[in-house]
Amino acid sequence: MAFVLKQLPYAFNALEPYIDAQTMEIHHDKHHAAYTNNLNAALQGTASEGQPIEEILANISAQPVVIRNNGGGFYNHNLFWEIMAPGGAKQPEGDLKKVIDASFGSYQNFKEAFTKAALTRFGSGWAWLVKQGDSLVISSTPNQDNPLMDLAEVKGVPVLGVDVWEHAYYLKYQNRRPDYVEAFYNVVNWDEVTRRFKG
Amino acid sequence: MSFTLPALPFAIDALEPFISARTLEFHHGKHHQAYVTNLNNLIVGTEFENADLETIIKKAEGGIFNNGAQVFNHTFYFEQFSATPATEPSGALKAAIENTFGTLDAFKEAFNKAAATQFGSGWAWLVQDAVGKLSIVQTSNAGCPVRDNLTPLLTCDVWEHAYYLDKQNLRPAYVADFWKVMDWKTIEGRF
Ligand SMILES: [Fe+2]
Ligand SMILES: [Fe+2]
Repeated sequence: MAFVLKQLPYAFNALEPYIDAQTMEIHHDKHHAAYTNNLNAALQGTASEGQPIEEILANISAQPVVIRNNGGGFYNHNLFWEIMAPGGAKQPEGDLKKVIDASFGSYQNFKEAFTKAALTRFGSGWAWLVKQGDSLVISSTPNQDNPLMDLAEVKGVPVLGVDVWEHAYYLKYQNRRPDYVEAFYNVVNWDEVTRRFKG
Repeated sequence: MSFTLPALPFAIDALEPFISARTLEFHHGKHHQAYVTNLNNLIVGTEFENADLETIIKKAEGGIFNNGAQVFNHTFYFEQFSATPATEPSGALKAAIENTFGTLDAFKEAFNKAAATQFGSGWAWLVQDAVGKLSIVQTSNAGCPVRDNLTPLLTCDVWEHAYYLDKQNLRPAYVADFWKVMDWKTIEGRF
């Protein structure tokens, strides 16, 4: 069965003023849709057709690059839409807060390290908060790679990710990636991050 | 040595409506400028402090390579444009393109494909090797054919910042408009 582009779990303008409606609409309806369609086309008639996306990503080194790029793009954007929401908690709470404190010392330390990963990723890519056993680490990947891929330098389960492809921020922030990343913290859905951590 | 940002060789709005003044303000004034500034900061106290750009592109790694190559790539890119471009190659370059690709249209089709399929940030190039043979190559991020001892003749920046304000996700539309302001006279001069 082909992969389906899910609707956004909120309106295009729900993340204003941090992420603008026009960016959200093009990002979801054009970019994410293209990854989904290209992934389905590339899988059609192959042995991997019908496999869960996580399984495909876990063996991505055996796949052609078109599946790596579009499979990653499909999965990463699904995660991205879900780990954002309007009006959520400003910071992690409860069990997730404990793990963040244990892994990084404090929320502030986590934020600095995550921001640094997002700003130093040269070119297109993602910064990640990754679950490894009971703790969390930060990494970044180029293009549409992610920590579920067997070829990732830092492997684990992504629980939070920020898209630093220029398409994620150029209409509103242009060259100012730091402003976009700072704005992103205002729309993180920490409940969903916690859910993914508890997985 | 300290590098400086070369001025655009045309007015900021000269390429309208194909490449907008707003895009060029950011692309040249912010991105290209940032690569120059970063490079100047990064080389201080390193073996590249007094190196020329070619040496940096061929020998440096990491941030010095990325910023050095992007300084070169963008200067090379902006130099190609004109409000009154020669829209076709002539003479020896025309013959070489036809010899390699069959026709100018066939070359453009192959180049467009290279530009469209470079996944993520990067560049499409027409290059010449040591014996003068032409080919089309793609590079990712700051990648530059000079590092591989190839002579670049023509390039298209396919980082999203090159076209997102004007064309958003429609990279092929950007590449189609790119040809309308690409001056073949500049390319002949490089050949
Ligand atoms: Fe994206
Ligand atoms: Fe550029």
